[in-house]
Amino acid sequence: MRALSPRFAPRLTALLPALLLSTPGLAATPDPADWQAVLEEARGQTVYWYAWAGEQRTNDYLDWVAGRVDERFGITLEHVKVGDTAEAVSRVLAEKQAGNDEAGNVDLIWINGENFAAMKENDLLFGPFAEALPNFALTRPAHNPEVVTDFTLPTEGYESPWGRAQITFYYDSDALETPPQDIEALLAWARANPGRFTYPRIPDFTGSTFLKQALIELTDQGEALYAPVEESDFAAVTAPLWEYLDALHPHLWRSGRQFPASGPEMRSLMGDGTLSLAFTFTPSEPAAAVADYELPPSTRSYVPASGTLGNVHFVAIPYNSPHQAGAMVIANYLLSPEAQATKQDLEVWGDRTVLDVARLDDDTRALFDLDQQNPAMLPPGALEQTLPEPHPSWMTALQDAWQARYIGQ
Amino acid sequence: MTTPHRLELRDVRIRLGDKTLVALDTEIAPGEVLTVMGPSGSGKSTLLAYPAGFLAPAFQASGRVLLDDRDITALPAERRGIGLLFQDPLLFPHLSVAGNLRFGMPRAGADKAARVEQALAHIGLAGFGERDPATLSGGQKARVALMRLLLSAPCAVLLDEPFSKLDTHLRQEMRRLVFERLREAGLPSLLVTHDREDAEAAGGRVIELSS
Amino acid sequence: MMLRLAPVLIVTLLVAPILAGLAMALLPAFGYLPALGGEAFSLAPWRALAAQPGIGRSVAISLASGLVATAISLAVVLLYLAAATGSRLDRWIRRLVSPLLSIPHAAAAFGLAFLIAPSGLLARLTSPALTGWERPPDLLIVQDPWGLSLIAGLVIKEVPFLLLMSLAALPQLDAERRVAMARSLGYRPAIAWLKVVAPALYPLIRLPVFAVIAYASSVVDVAMILGPTLPPTLAVSILTWFSDPDLDQRFLASAGAILQLGVTATALLAWWGLERLAARLMAGWIARGGRRRGETSLHLAGKLPILLATGIAFTGIGGLAIYSVAGFWRFPDALPQSVTLDHWAQALPSLGGPLASTALIALCSTLLAAVLVLAALENEQRTGRTASKALWLLYLPLIVPQIAFLFGLVVVMEQLGTRPTHGLIIFGHLLFVLPYVFLSLSEAYRRIDPRWTQLALTLGASRNAVFWRVRLPMLLAPLLTACAVGLAVSIGQYLPTQLLGAGRVTTVTTEAVSLAAGGNRRVIGVWALVQACLPLVGFVIAIGLPKLLWSNRRGMQGAP
Repeated sequence: MRALSPRFAPRLTALLPALLLSTPGLAATPDPADWQAVLEEARGQTVYWYAWAGEQRTNDYLDWVAGRVDERFGITLEHVKVGDTAEAVSRVLAEKQAGNDEAGNVDLIWINGENFAAMKENDLLFGPFAEALPNFALTRPAHNPEVVTDFTLPTEGYESPWGRAQITFYYDSDALETPPQDIEALLAWARANPGRFTYPRIPDFTGSTFLKQALIELTDQGEALYAPVEESDFAAVTAPLWEYLDALHPHLWRSGRQFPASGPEMRSLMGDGTLSLAFTFTPSEPAAAVADYELPPSTRSYVPASGTLGNVHFVAIPYNSPHQAGAMVIANYLLSPEAQATKQDLEVWGDRTVLDVARLDDDTRALFDLDQQNPAMLPPGALEQTLPEPHPSWMTALQDAWQARYIGQ
Repeated sequence: MTTPHRLELRDVRIRLGDKTLVALDTEIAPGEVLTVMGPSGSGKSTLLAYPAGFLAPAFQASGRVLLDDRDITALPAERRGIGLLFQDPLLFPHLSVAGNLRFGMPRAGADKAARVEQALAHIGLAGFGERDPATLSGGQKARVALMRLLLSAPCAVLLDEPFSKLDTHLRQEMRRLVFERLREAGLPSLLVTHDREDAEAAGGRVIELSS
Repeated sequence: MMLRLAPVLIVTLLVAPILAGLAMALLPAFGYLPALGGEAFSLAPWRALAAQPGIGRSVAISLASGLVATAISLAVVLLYLAAATGSRLDRWIRRLVSPLLSIPHAAAAFGLAFLIAPSGLLARLTSPALTGWERPPDLLIVQDPWGLSLIAGLVIKEVPFLLLMSLAALPQLDAERRVAMARSLGYRPAIAWLKVVAPALYPLIRLPVFAVIAYASSVVDVAMILGPTLPPTLAVSILTWFSDPDLDQRFLASAGAILQLGVTATALLAWWGLERLAARLMAGWIARGGRRRGETSLHLAGKLPILLATGIAFTGIGGLAIYSVAGFWRFPDALPQSVTLDHWAQALPSLGGPLASTALIALCSTLLAAVLVLAALENEQRTGRTASKALWLLYLPLIVPQIAFLFGLVVVMEQLGTRPTHGLIIFGHLLFVLPYVFLSLSEAYRRIDPRWTQLALTLGASRNAVFWRVRLPMLLAPLLTACAVGLAVSIGQYLPTQLLGAGRVTTVTTEAVSLAAGGNRRVIGVWALVQACLPLVGFVIAIGLPKLLWSNRRGMQGAP
């Protein structure tokens, strides 16, 4: 064998990736830095997006996105409807078990918190890709660290921000004049109005968020929550929470012997008039539900003065997705002002944007003006008091402790 | 329709376990009706099942069945050329009267429709071709069943108490019709019955089985 | 040749996937799952299972709901048959039994929940006039910790199943003559039926009863809607563990799946003990020779429960219909303040895909099942052998809990490299469709008078011609009914569709159950109603087509 002349060697190595790319099945990982190449590879792909489908409005928005990405990028988007994001996580896991490292079924997942932590820990994610997406800069991560932090864990580019959630309380103003403003007032109110409040059954995420909210307000060791749970005395930190819940439960709906399965089920109970006070993780949900005839027009929203937990939800791409290019193009489109503004529109979904609206140019910013006239919407500025999410290990630990304490009693 | 046929049952012996139910060695000439008589449970129907080719696996049989000197013992039922007439007319409920008649006609026949019409006229049922068989009277059904048998051009015929379910006056009329037609067609026939009048009307030899 | 392969093919198709799936649940249950770092066998998953909060209660509820729901359903059916055979009610119920059976479990469960919930139709109709309730009462009715509403939901669906199975078996028994004989000895009709027909009927419906026990003790979708929640039934807990993001829970879930197998086996065993006991008591009761006492109460006990069950099922569906068009509906208004088609208009664009998938999967799996079943039954006719010994194998997919083997099956399928396609789901549905098609068709097929075949053969028709020209047309009505049952079974499947389809293939049922997570009763109303109506199309065709085809054939009208 004659050695290659040095003159040709560099050119050949430059050619190699291209050669690999052109061989089906051997496609090299798409590199978001070369966005044009990603767009080309994405064209014609079918992307299976596993996303929680418990809300008709969300599903309708995903349908709208599917139409847009087909039109703009030639990508077919299929919304795979799951009842719990964990189903998608276990599917990727099952594929890894079976040695399916290249032809996975899941191309994109709507995810955050402990699901993200689990996937990252088990090396089930593709990336880093998020920070290289062209639209990512619009989130101004330097000013908004929450778009690169998921329950205290740095996302490190393994998931791309999509929307924001924050606990928002809502009530029927015909049944209740002055709603409780903090967790202690809530207990007093529940005592006076037995059976009119509840929270979703753990491990539902809205219910689990309520536990964290209560814990943040009740414990005097708040800083412990932002480190892994193993590093602190769980029993000591959470003792005030259990004391509180033990006192609260007898005054809840069904005397705390039963809980609604999810946030939306709690909303149905509000619609019936069974409950007088409830909460959601989607600030615009009450207004949207009034429009959908689910809640009475007398519904009002508020955020207690002390502030509530808020977080960002993301999309991530499994390591074995065969359509990573298509998935990235969609993740990028989801961050576009057009997609974000449509998502925030109360008529569509009402999920808040992750873009830094204040730093957008004027025309684009106008897209994000909220309908402040809707009486069921939060008053302006209500979402300024956002409490950050604790470390994901707290969520799991709280869920286990709650179940051990209250199941089968 | 008048080619003469001959049916032979050679050393036929049908057993159930150790018990011999029927033993028969005989020959039936063209146009002859051989009657086998016996009370119920004497194995009459089993005797018919053997030449027809339906003997249940529980029975053991030995002997041979010859049709025009051809050994048909091992042939499947549909290729033996032996026709069967049951107690009930058993007209296919999903077919019209004409459909029932056509069912058994050999495929090659060209002028099927005309022959069916002619056959119906022959048994006094002209114009009944498109009728639902369920709307016919008992006697009409019996006649259609007989005609269906004859149109299938069998080489021999087995009769399994074909008149026992008819009322008295119909029974006599059908006996006359059936035996007349069988003789006319020159078909060797084996009749099993418990009714002595059947045997008398058949006019042939009679073999009695004991129970 | 092909015919002779049919029984073997059926048994392989039914048994192999179940065994493979169980094996893949058994290994992780004892700690072996190399992909997750489980390299050695251990009892750790079982220790974790035993440490689950409320596990004892979960098991007890699964066991009890399985046994109690079956006992009630069987009692309702037997008492009904004893008291109402031949009455006008009987004619009505017989006409309703197929549509009732065709309502998918999930839709029936939603209907019941909408009816009996504290804010449900019943409370609204009686409030505030009778109850004084201005707001929904804080009562624990649906999802009660004792599993009573779960049992009620199961009874509503299992009564029509056991009734249909009984009606199919009864003709073999010549029940009318038995009863007539007993009445001539002085027995009142209902008592006569219970004493001379029921003891002979029970052995014929024993396998279906076992299937009901297995189903009721391991059901997922009904238990999610109506069952207790703190803790839920064992099957629902297993599903939660299997989909837990903490992947180590897989071991726990596998141990749970094996435990579920044990719970169902225990339920069957307990039932077997109850059978002995009941047989003794019956024998004593029959021997004492009582002829008259209790006849009136028997008539009530026979008619009321079945009327109640039927009424609840249909009212529940009515409730779904109202919710699907409801505007805002404040308690205790009996009807919504306004009626709107918005919910339908919103759902309509997304209905098409799932409807097409549902129809494709149901039609293909039913067609395949029908061909296989016909081939096996035809083979039986030609060889003169009945496959009675293999019959329990046919029941295997109905007796082994779905949740115990489906997850393992998914892993097996992935290892074989199969992609989740419609084909795979059709294969998965076949596991459950085939037994039902077989059960629905076999009686009619075996009962057909052998003289028709003999006659056709002596008229010169070949074996194949006999099948196509005699047996098939004569059995058209029962065949279509069996196919309608098959379609209904396929349409109602949730777990196999969701798991084998990787959630990528959505049917009306997976859509309805996943929307249930959203708790929007109006949207659930739309989807559950579509889900409930779809199988009806099959039954309408199954009943209508033979009527149309045989409009001029009186002999075919009363065909079985």
